Amino acid sequence: MKLLLLALRRLAASLPALVLILVGLFLLLQLAPGDTVDALMAQMGGGDAAIAADLRRFYGLDLSVAARLGAYLWRLVTLDLGFSAIYGKPVASVILERLPATLLLMMGALFFAFSFGMALGVVAARRVNQWPDTLISTLGLIFYATPSFWFGLMAIVLFSVYLQWLPAGGFGDVAMGYTGWAAIWDTATYLVLPVLTLALIFLAIALRIMRASMLEVQGMDFVRTARAKGLSETRIVARHVLRNALLPMVTLIGLQAGTMLGGSVVVESVFTLPGLGRLAYESVVQRDLNTLLGIVFVSALLVIAVNFVVDLLYARLDPRIVG
Amino acid sequence: MSGPTRREVFLMSGAAMVPASAIAQETPRRGGILTVHFATEQRILNPSLQASTGVYIVGGKIQEPLVDLDAAGNPTPVLAESWETTPDGRAITFKLRQGVTWHDGRPFTSADVQFTAMEMWKKILNYGTALQQFLTAVETPDAHTAVFRYERPMPLGLLLRGLPDLGYISPRHVYEGTDIRQNPANTAPIGTGPFKFVQYERGQFIIAERNPNYWRNGMPYLDRVVWRVVTDRAAAAAQMEAGQILFSPYSSLALADMTRLARDPRFEVTTRGNEGNARTNTIEFNFRKPELADIRVRKAIAHAINIPFFIENFLGTYAKPGTGPIPSVSADYYTPGSPQYGFDRALANRLLDEAGHRRGAGGVRFSLRLSPAPWGEDIALFATFIQQSLVEVGIRVEIVRLDAAGFLRSVYNDHNFDLASGWHQYRSDPAVSTTVWYRSGSPQGAPWTNQWGWTDAAIDQVIDNAATEVDPARRRALYADFVTRVQTELPVWMPIEQIFLSVFNRRLRNAGNTPRWASSSWHDTWLAS
Repeated sequence: MKLLLLALRRLAASLPALVLILVGLFLLLQLAPGDTVDALMAQMGGGDAAIAADLRRFYGLDLSVAARLGAYLWRLVTLDLGFSAIYGKPVASVILERLPATLLLMMGALFFAFSFGMALGVVAARRVNQWPDTLISTLGLIFYATPSFWFGLMAIVLFSVYLQWLPAGGFGDVAMGYTGWAAIWDTATYLVLPVLTLALIFLAIALRIMRASMLEVQGMDFVRTARAKGLSETRIVARHVLRNALLPMVTLIGLQAGTMLGGSVVVESVFTLPGLGRLAYESVVQRDLNTLLGIVFVSALLVIAVNFVVDLLYARLDPRIVG
Repeated sequence: MSGPTRREVFLMSGAAMVPASAIAQETPRRGGILTVHFATEQRILNPSLQASTGVYIVGGKIQEPLVDLDAAGNPTPVLAESWETTPDGRAITFKLRQGVTWHDGRPFTSADVQFTAMEMWKKILNYGTALQQFLTAVETPDAHTAVFRYERPMPLGLLLRGLPDLGYISPRHVYEGTDIRQNPANTAPIGTGPFKFVQYERGQFIIAERNPNYWRNGMPYLDRVVWRVVTDRAAAAAQMEAGQILFSPYSSLALADMTRLARDPRFEVTTRGNEGNARTNTIEFNFRKPELADIRVRKAIAHAINIPFFIENFLGTYAKPGTGPIPSVSADYYTPGSPQYGFDRALANRLLDEAGHRRGAGGVRFSLRLSPAPWGEDIALFATFIQQSLVEVGIRVEIVRLDAAGFLRSVYNDHNFDLASGWHQYRSDPAVSTTVWYRSGSPQGAPWTNQWGWTDAAIDQVIDNAATEVDPARRRALYADFVTRVQTELPVWMPIEQIFLSVFNRRLRNAGNTPRWASSSWHDTWLAS
């Protein structure tokens, strides 16, 4: 119960921040030269001024900034995200269509980065300053230093162009029209490369944090006590060291969830995944304010949700936090 | 760069080409899925409402125009079987094809033509509104005849050259009585074309399948066309190599990737099939900047830039020096002999001295801001080249980069630029989208129009006369006069001519066999196994 209250308090605190972000973004985008009709004109390759004036009326751009901001906030109160200029349908349904790809990518990458990061970190810490540690740390450094778009493109060149093991991009083989398990398997093959690409940099961070925090906990008194009790090494690592070393890792998950949403723009572009990142980029270029604000809103909800789960995990790992 | 230069690579790709006769002798194979690179996702797919290559690449397979261009570039019947004009050019009659049905089974009639022309081309379609400005009515004496009535003379040649791009027909029964801009058929088009729309997943793909009731018997050969939305150019090149994409239209890949693919025997990189889509690179002068209002300064800038050097080293053999607003692919209206501005740095310096711009501290005469348009790698390269060239004659250039919406707004609406550089697209006839670059009176904010703060009454008069001149020879003479005049005044300089590049997987057959093939219906295209 206490935990729930804590979480609710957090949630209430994030509401004003959300409103501030939305209003700030709205005003910031007014500073960008050009509006969605200019973007449309660029796409069309020209048109006369009467058409442009007509379209501005159509998109409600002939109103003042204050009037549009007011209307937007009022709609938001009624949970209406508005209408997307570039997609010609409600923003909510546009975002809903893009959410699965982003969620799969993000969850897959988070899972991969933290499970492997944790395992590698543990191995490195157990063999500190021996060859496995050096190897793992060097690999981590390489992953961390490589830009993800380059990594993605190289993965495509190797696995798709030369070896032809995996598809180069997309989100399922549209031409074949698979259903059921075949479709799931098909989608999975399309997700392997993007998930790995997005995960590697986070894996590097996770393994370094895990290694450091394992080393720190290993030297603590209670571990020496456990050893003195005659517990087996495996049990010490699993029950005592790991559990305590996991706290910073869990914090990291909460922090990285937001970063990952940002990083997915690059990965989604390289692998042509229909996700929120690419949608956000497209909305900026096309000056589709409603869609962009909708994405910010949904992303904020996602980050809040992840942090809520992190709070729950904290409590499970370290009951003192709730108390 | 080690290995062959870009120029050599382009030449090699030509040598490796399969002879055309070998292709002609093959029997078309039925079936197969053509996957196409779709780089610029559009808000709508209906080409009667939006004239742009990004719409034609999809909508042009589903809907059809009244006329298209044949292999030689002449108008050829599609939904119109024949046409004739009255001598005064005020009534143009189209006889329509019979026995054509829409994808939903309803018959195609003159009522569809009337509705599309009056409600879409005249009111909504970009460039269509200008072309059909003086259209007063479309009469339908019977179900297969449409008579276009014009308030002022409409040259038949202009209309027929405009219609392949600006003459797509939409079904009246789907659009009538609805809000046309919001109609669901805009993103799920219904047409008479060889392919039927199936599905559109935004950001992912569009699928169309073979229309079994297509009016050309036995066509199309392909089972399906799938457009894959790929915005990242490097990723698109990789998908091309992995065989996930078989055709990338309109120069959508990076120059470096196209150079690499041209060397690969599996691919063909060519301008073939894009001759109808010529463009020129521009340098647009803002006359509100006092220095640029002086003709000597504009001429000096032109003389200071070594165009052949730029083309040879950056663009390869698919670009060539341009001579004015009408490119050399325009057989009807291209006229050589207008004033030209060859590279001559000494002359440029002399002109600037004469104009009273002495070199100051650090050899700088004055500074300019240059806004390059964000589309096209060549524009970015050209902007840098202009900057480097002008500093040699004492003009300091600051490059101001903006995205598409920002560029259009600041150049054509706010006039907040000194020099701008982008593309002028030539659409078969100078009256469609070329003369607006020079005609005064375009409202502020209309992109790709004369927003330079420059007017010339004589040039306006020539433009107006040419647009309503029904005699082809006199029209040609008027445009020759127009080119000479604008090349003398130089409000905009168009020194480079380019044609879009297509990248084909060599399995494609009958690809690129008409001047606007990428935009055309692909009814005779097939895939070799």
